[in-house]
Amino acid sequence: MANGGPEIEQLIQLLARLPGLGPRSARRAVLHLIKKKDGLMVPLAAALDRAVAAVRTCEICGNVDTSSPCSICSDPRRIEAGLLVVVEDVADLWALERAGAGAVLYHVLGGVLSPLDGVGPDDLSIDALINRASVAKEVVLAVNATVEGQTTAHYITDRLAGTGVKVTRLAHGVPVGGELDYLDEGTLTQALKARTAI
Amino acid sequence: MEWTADGLIIGVRRHGESSVILEAMVAGRGRHLGLVRGGRSRKLAAALQPGNTVQLVWRARIEDHLGTYSVELLDARAATLIVDRLRLYTAQLLCEHLRLLPERDPHDRLLARSVDILEDERSAATLGPALARYELNLLDELGFGLDLETCAATGTTNDLTHVSPRSGRAVCREAAAPYLDRLFPLPPFLVSDAKVEPGDIAAAFALTGYFLDRHVWSARPVDPPPTRDLLIGMLCADAAPPGLPSPAIVPQ
Repeated sequence: MANGGPEIEQLIQLLARLPGLGPRSARRAVLHLIKKKDGLMVPLAAALDRAVAAVRTCEICGNVDTSSPCSICSDPRRIEAGLLVVVEDVADLWALERAGAGAVLYHVLGGVLSPLDGVGPDDLSIDALINRASVAKEVVLAVNATVEGQTTAHYITDRLAGTGVKVTRLAHGVPVGGELDYLDEGTLTQALKARTAI
Repeated sequence: MEWTADGLIIGVRRHGESSVILEAMVAGRGRHLGLVRGGRSRKLAAALQPGNTVQLVWRARIEDHLGTYSVELLDARAATLIVDRLRLYTAQLLCEHLRLLPERDPHDRLLARSVDILEDERSAATLGPALARYELNLLDELGFGLDLETCAATGTTNDLTHVSPRSGRAVCREAAAPYLDRLFPLPPFLVSDAKVEPGDIAAAFALTGYFLDRHVWSARPVDPPPTRDLLIGMLCADAAPPGLPSPAIVPQ
């Protein structure tokens, strides 16, 4: 059943494509936007317009920003530190930045090796990483602790073997606030193996 | 329809925002897929890793449906695999091989061998022969088994030293002599309990790789698993002296 004119229907259909939204929640969002037309809909449309014009992918690291090279790659403090953190996608980069990762540079792979999804080494920005790694002091592999993520990490480690750069990876173990009783066996095994002296 | 069984996870594919389609090898049922609702949640994601063994409860209205899985973790093997490069590549390769099997067709022998290889913390020296024999078994289960018991030319069962790339049958030393540049060497460990000699692992993988490519990868068509080359590189580096021909080079 139609929810108004074709413009409104199109808006609902487009919003329903966003992650976390289905047709029902998209309809609610559109109704809310219509009710707050001046206060929300117009500024949102203007912000989308500006973002479409300005957003681009950084030619160095693969981050999204309004400039290329991005603000992270242009930061002399980060360049001087020489720590290169490799992440799967931009969401991981943002998560590390939120966590205050410090003066580090990033490299976004654009995914992980996944035979099931047909993603091979040529589909990821691994060659660009090898080129960048030659000037880094350390490469930190911050990929997910999954079989596919760690296969990618080992593959990159193999590729970096000839560069002489130090390669490290994130620790696996008990999260802050985690109760041992509720952790899965795999995480517990890893945490025990990677125990450190107090 | 409902059944409960233990399964080895061999693949997980995203489905929608929160669910996954799980691919598992189940004894007596073969490669069986099912939807796991909430499979991308923090709670389930750790359990749904390739290489883990889980208890599966499959439910569907009729047999032909995809159906849904309820999953409980039995053996969190993936956690130990991901820290060991050799075991991780092995697990990836085994999962990729098992995904070549047709759906819902039991291959219990291959499943048992897969679990056996995944469970054992093998060295490169013992893993290479085990994987080469595994690929021979895979070809056999897919219906493209090699005949390595009798000579294609003379019918003898002794002194089999080569394999014909055309027929996939063994050839004895005498009959092979005029065609050595066109035949695959047959590593003795593939047909007997003979000791693995330097170069045998590379030769065995060249043999199985050629027939997998001819009958399976090229025929479907799919790319050979990238982890296979990495793994062979590691196994051959540990097991063979330098200067051996690359396993990728096959006789014309």
